[in-house]
Amino acid sequence: MNRFDYIRPATVAEAVAAAAVPGSAYLAAGTNLLDLMKGGVMRPARLVDLARVPGLDAIEALPDGGLRIGARVRNADLAYDPGFARRFPAVAEALLSGASAQLRNAATVGGNLLQRTRCAYFYDPASACNKREPGAGCDAREGENRLHAVLGWSEQCIATHPSDFCVPLVALGAVVEIEGQAGRREVPLEEFHRLPGTTPERESVLAPGELVVAVRLPGEAAGFAGHARYVKLRERTSYAFAVVSAAACLRLEDGAIAEARLALGGVAAKPWRVPAAEAVLQGARPGAEAFRQAAEAALAEAQPSGENGFKIELARRILVRALTLAAAGTPERLPALPASPLASHSGVSLHG
Amino acid sequence: MSLSITLTVNAVPRTIALDDPRVTLLDLLRERLDLTGTKKGCDRGQCGACTVLVDGRRVNSCLALAVSHDGAEVLTIEGLAEGETPHPVQAAFIEHDAFQCGFCTPGQIMSAVGLIREGQAGDDPERVREGMSGNLCRCGAYQGITEAVLQAQRRLAEPEQEQAA
Amino acid sequence: MAELAGSATHLRHGSSIGQPLTRRDGLLKVTGQARYAADNHPPGMLHAALAVSSIARGRVTGLDVEAARAHPGVVAVMTPANRPALALHPDDKASPFVFRMDLLQDDMVRYAGQPIAVVIGETLEAATEGAALLAPRYAAEPARTGLDEGEVFIPPMVGIGAPSEVRHGDVEAGLAAAAARIEAVYETPAQYHNAMEPHAIVAAWEGDRLSIDTPSQGLTWARDRIAGLFGIAVEDIEIRSPFLGGGFGSKGLIAGPQVLGILAARLVGRPVKLVLRREQMYGPVGHRAPTRQTLRLGADAAGGLTAIQHHVRTASSSFDDFFEPAGGVTHTLYASPAIVTTSDAVRLDTGTPMFMRAPGEASGSIALEGAIDEMAAACGMDPLEFRLRNYAEVEPTTGKPFSSKALRECYAQGAARFGWAGRPLAPRQMRDADGLLVGWGVGTATFPALMFQGQARAVLRADGSGVVEIGAQDMGQGAWTALAQIAADSLGLGIDQVEFRAGHSGLPDAGIAGGSAHTATAGMAIHGAGADAIARLAELAMADGRSPLFGAGNAGVVAREGRLLRRDDESRGETYAEILARAGLGEIEGRGTGAMDPAAQEHYAMHAHGAVFAEVKVDPELGQIRATRLVGAFAAGRIINPRMVQSQYYGGMIWGVSFALHEAAVVDPRSGRVMNANLGEYHVPVNADLPSLEAILVEEVDPHVNALGIKGVGEIGVTGSAGAVANAVWHATGVRVRRFPIAVEAVAGLAG
Repeated sequence: MNRFDYIRPATVAEAVAAAAVPGSAYLAAGTNLLDLMKGGVMRPARLVDLARVPGLDAIEALPDGGLRIGARVRNADLAYDPGFARRFPAVAEALLSGASAQLRNAATVGGNLLQRTRCAYFYDPASACNKREPGAGCDAREGENRLHAVLGWSEQCIATHPSDFCVPLVALGAVVEIEGQAGRREVPLEEFHRLPGTTPERESVLAPGELVVAVRLPGEAAGFAGHARYVKLRERTSYAFAVVSAAACLRLEDGAIAEARLALGGVAAKPWRVPAAEAVLQGARPGAEAFRQAAEAALAEAQPSGENGFKIELARRILVRALTLAAAGTPERLPALPASPLASHSGVSLHG
Repeated sequence: MSLSITLTVNAVPRTIALDDPRVTLLDLLRERLDLTGTKKGCDRGQCGACTVLVDGRRVNSCLALAVSHDGAEVLTIEGLAEGETPHPVQAAFIEHDAFQCGFCTPGQIMSAVGLIREGQAGDDPERVREGMSGNLCRCGAYQGITEAVLQAQRRLAEPEQEQAA
Repeated sequence: MAELAGSATHLRHGSSIGQPLTRRDGLLKVTGQARYAADNHPPGMLHAALAVSSIARGRVTGLDVEAARAHPGVVAVMTPANRPALALHPDDKASPFVFRMDLLQDDMVRYAGQPIAVVIGETLEAATEGAALLAPRYAAEPARTGLDEGEVFIPPMVGIGAPSEVRHGDVEAGLAAAAARIEAVYETPAQYHNAMEPHAIVAAWEGDRLSIDTPSQGLTWARDRIAGLFGIAVEDIEIRSPFLGGGFGSKGLIAGPQVLGILAARLVGRPVKLVLRREQMYGPVGHRAPTRQTLRLGADAAGGLTAIQHHVRTASSSFDDFFEPAGGVTHTLYASPAIVTTSDAVRLDTGTPMFMRAPGEASGSIALEGAIDEMAAACGMDPLEFRLRNYAEVEPTTGKPFSSKALRECYAQGAARFGWAGRPLAPRQMRDADGLLVGWGVGTATFPALMFQGQARAVLRADGSGVVEIGAQDMGQGAWTALAQIAADSLGLGIDQVEFRAGHSGLPDAGIAGGSAHTATAGMAIHGAGADAIARLAELAMADGRSPLFGAGNAGVVAREGRLLRRDDESRGETYAEILARAGLGEIEGRGTGAMDPAAQEHYAMHAHGAVFAEVKVDPELGQIRATRLVGAFAAGRIINPRMVQSQYYGGMIWGVSFALHEAAVVDPRSGRVMNANLGEYHVPVNADLPSLEAILVEEVDPHVNALGIKGVGEIGVTGSAGAVANAVWHATGVRVRRFPIAVEAVAGLAG
C-alpha cells in the first residue's frame, strides 16, 4: 500500500473541499478501498476519511413514505432496520446475501454503490485493463471470462458490477444524492453507473471529488413490499459473489400484475434494470408463461463476451425464479439463507 | 506524519502514536500492541481470521485503518475471558472440538460472540451456519463450530431467563 | 448434537488411549495464547516482504531497487546481486525428498509467483510497499500451462517412489470378455493447500547459530535442509513449531520463502519476520497438480468387474519432479482379474506440485468412484451393491491379504445410518418439498497405513511423574493430545502426571507429520520409549532384595497408575518413586523407535477403509448444488482419541465436498498466472455449505500394522467423499459431470 495523506474532515463541505485535490479518494469503511490499495490496484495520494463527518449515518423517513439513507449507514444496520426491511424487503434480502456478516457490519451504503468490479484482470496489476489503466487493453476479453458481462459490455471492458444491494435498489427507482463543490444534485440510481463504452475507467456519473451523501427510496417503492424478492446464484452457499442475480418486485391488483420492477445483477457493469420485461408483465396474470416472456425480453439484447454464454439463460431463469417467489408473496421473515435458490420456501412450487 | 489516536483495547484505554496512516487495526494489534491472538489469514477480508469486535460489532480488522478508528472500543480474543474463566463461547469451542489447527479460532470465536450479540440467528442452526460463513476453516471444524455457538448462546441466555423468572 | 460414535466400544490399551479427551492445547487456542510462528517478535526484528514474478517463464531484466530503498522505513533489498552465499545450490537434488527452490540464485523465472526479491523494512508497511515499488521488468517467454502442452513423457516414478505403471492381468482380454463396458475421462484442476496460516518464519542469527520460528510438518527434515543450504551444523539450528495453522502437506518440507527469510536475516544482521501474503501461497509452496484420467472398465453379466484400466495424465514443473500418483487407489480398492494403471506427464511453468492432503488418492478416488458408479449404472445395479459385488478380499494387484479390513462393516453401518435402502436406481427421481432435485451417492474411502521413522525419549522422575519428548508436529490433527495419551499409557501414568514435550527440533526426530502416519510413527516411538523406561525401572526393582518385586523376573511385572505390580500377584508392588528413591536415582530414561515392520509389510496389504454416503440438493434450473448430508463410516485400526478422529474425518469429508463442488485454481493460459489467487474467488467451503456431517468410527483390530494397531485417519476422509458427492449429483440430475469442481452451468444443462 502506498503512503498517502490522511485527512479527517469535520463536515461534508470540508470533505468535498479536501477531495477536490487530484488523487484523492474518500474512505468510508474501506472494505473495498483498502483491499484495492493492498493489491496495488488503487494508489490514492490522499484519503479523505468520512468517519467524523456528521449527517451521513441516518435512516430518515420521508413525507412520501420513502426513506433517505445516509451514505455511511452500514449495510447490516440498514438490513436489520425494521422500518426499512418492512418497506423494502427485497433490498434487505439483497444486503444480507452479500459478503459476510463482518463485512456487512462495516461496509457502507455509499461504498456499496461505488465498489469496483471483481474482474480478476482489473485486480491483477500485471494484466492489461482499460478500467485500471485507460488504453492498456483488456486481458479479460480473451481470458478467463466465464463470469463476465453479457449485457452492456464493450470491446474495451467486459467487467460486471458486483453489488447485490444495487439490484433491487435500481429496480425500485432509488435516487442518489450527491454533494460536490458546485453544490448538491441528485441522480436516479439507474443513471448513476455508466456502461464502459470506450471509457471503462469512468464507472459512475460522479465528477472528481463529488461525494455520495445519501440514497433515497421513494414512498411508492414501498408499495411492492408484499411481493418483493431477490435471488442470487452462487458457487458456494454463502460468502460468494453472484454468478447472476435478480430482483423482482410486483404490485398485484385483483390477481393481476399492476406493476413490476425488475433488475438483474452480475450481468453488466451496472445493476441492470429491465424496463422491457417490466412492460411485458404489466397487466399480466402472474405465471410461468408471463414470467418466461418477461425473461426473454429482459435478455433480448444479451451477448456473450467470452466463454459465458450460459449466463444469458441463467439470467433468464433466475429472473423467472425471482418472479415466481415474488408472486408467491414476501415471507414474514427472510429465509435462513437469504436470496439463496437453496433456501427453503415452505411449499412454493418453484420448479416445473 | 505522526498521528495520535486513542483506543480502548480489551477495556484498557491506550493512546497510540502512529507514524504511518497505512497501519490497519489488525497490524496495529499484532505488530505494535503485541496482541497476536488475532490472526492474519488473507489480509483482504476474505477469511475472517482477523475478526474482532469494534464498538461491540464483529468486523474484519484487516480492512480497517487504525487511524480511522480513533476513540473506538476494541475487543480481541485476549480480552474475552473473565480472568481465568473462559467465556462460554471459548468453553463450548473446546467441548465441541470446534477447531483443529486453531488458527482461525480466535476469529471464529469473536465472530460467534458478535453473532450472539446481534441476536438474528436465534436457535436455528441454519441461521448460525449462514451467520458464521464469513469465517473460513480449512481444517473443516464447521460442525463443531455450529454446535458450540448454539450451546454457548443457550448458556449465555440462562442468567437472563433466571432474571426474567 | 453429534455423538462420539463408537467411542464406547473401542478397545482401551491403557487408561488414556481410546478416551475422547478434549484438546490439551484447547485453552491456549481459544484464548489466543497459542503462539504461531508469525506471532513472535524478537527484539530488533525487521519485517521482510517478498516480491514475486508476474510472468511464468523468462528472465527478470530490471528491478527498481532504488525506488524501494528510497521508501521510508526500507532497510535493505535482497536480490540475486547481494543475496548471502549458500553452501548448496538451491537446485541440487540429493534425493526425491529434496525439492528445488527459488532462492534468488539467478534472474530466471520458472513460474508465476516465484520470489524475485525480498524487501526488508522497519515496519511491515514499509517492506510491503518497498516490494511493490520494485516494478520488475521482464523478458518473457510463452508460458506452458495446459495438460496438452509440450512433450509428453512417462515419469520414472510417481508420488514418492511409486511405480508409474502397474500391470496385473490382461486388461484387453478382460474388456473384450465384458458384458458391459464404460470409458470415461475425468478432469481434476490444480488445487492449492490454502492452510489458514500463511507460511511464516521469524529467523534470528547469532553468529552461525540460527534460531527459527516456523510452521513445519517435519522438523528434522527442515533442520537438515537448512543445515545443508547454509553449511552449518544441525546442532546450531533451533526450530520451534509448537502449532501449525494447518499444513495439509504444504509445510511438509521447508519451502523457498522460509529460506529467504533466513537469508534476509543474515543479510541485515537482525531478526527478520517474513510472512507470505495469501496470493503468494499460489506458487512457491506447492499445490495439487491437475490430472486428466481415462478409465476403461468392463463387467460381466453378474456385475463382476473384468478389467480396470486407469490412465493418468498429470504435470510437474519445468524444473522438478512430483507426479500426482492418482492411479494408486485402483491398485487396492476393487477386485478385478485385470488392472492396469499408467501415468504420463507434461512439464508446465508452475511451481512444483507437492503432496496435498491425500496426494494421488484424492484425485484418483474421485475419478475411480465416478467410473465405478458409471459401471454400476451400466450393469443396472445399485452402486453399493455393485461395490459389494466387487469387494476385494485380498489386495487385487498383489494378492496379499489385508492386515485388517472392516470395509463391509463400514458399508453396512454407513448405509444403515444414512438410510440408503430404498434409493431409486434411476437418476432424477427424488425432489424435496421445495422442488429441489435430491440425489444420493456412495464412494469408497481408502488410504494406505503408512509409517515413517521416529524416535522418542521417556523419563520417569524421582517424584513418580514422567516426561515424554518427541519432536512431533501438531498441525491440528491433535498430536498434543493423542500422543500424550499414548505417552501416559506407555508409562503407566495418568495423563496429568506426564509432561509431554513436542514441536521443537531439539527433541528426538518424530518423522514427518504426513501420510496419515504421524500417530502411528510417533506413537510407536513413544510406546517403545515408555516400555523401555518401565523395563529399566523393573530391572532395578527386581534386582533389589528390598523390593516387593524382587525376583519377579519370570513372572514379570505390570506398570499401572504409577506403580509396578507383580503380574502373578498384583497385591505385591510399589510406586515408581519408591524404586527410584531406593536406587538413589533422580530419574530413569527409556528410548524408543517407531517404524514399519518390514516383515509384516511383506506379507500384508495395509490400508484404512471407509464408506461415504452423500446427499445433495440441486436447483434444477440454476444448477446450484449443496451437499446437504454426509455420513462416513471409517475403519482405521485402533482409535487413540475418538473426538479428534471424528474431527479429522469431518475435515477430510469437507475436503471431499470441496474437491467435488468448490475448489479450483483458474489459470490464465496466456500468462500462467492463477487468476483467483485469493480466498474470495478460490472457493473453499464455508460453514453454510455443510449442514450435516456424521462420522462413524467402525471398530477394527489390526494385529499387523504395528503393536498399537494404529492406521491413520488424516487423509482418508477426502477419498470416497469427493466421489460420493459427485455421484449424488448425477443421481439428483441425471447429468454425469466429469470435470471438477462441478460447475453450475454443467448441471443446469448449459455447458457449451
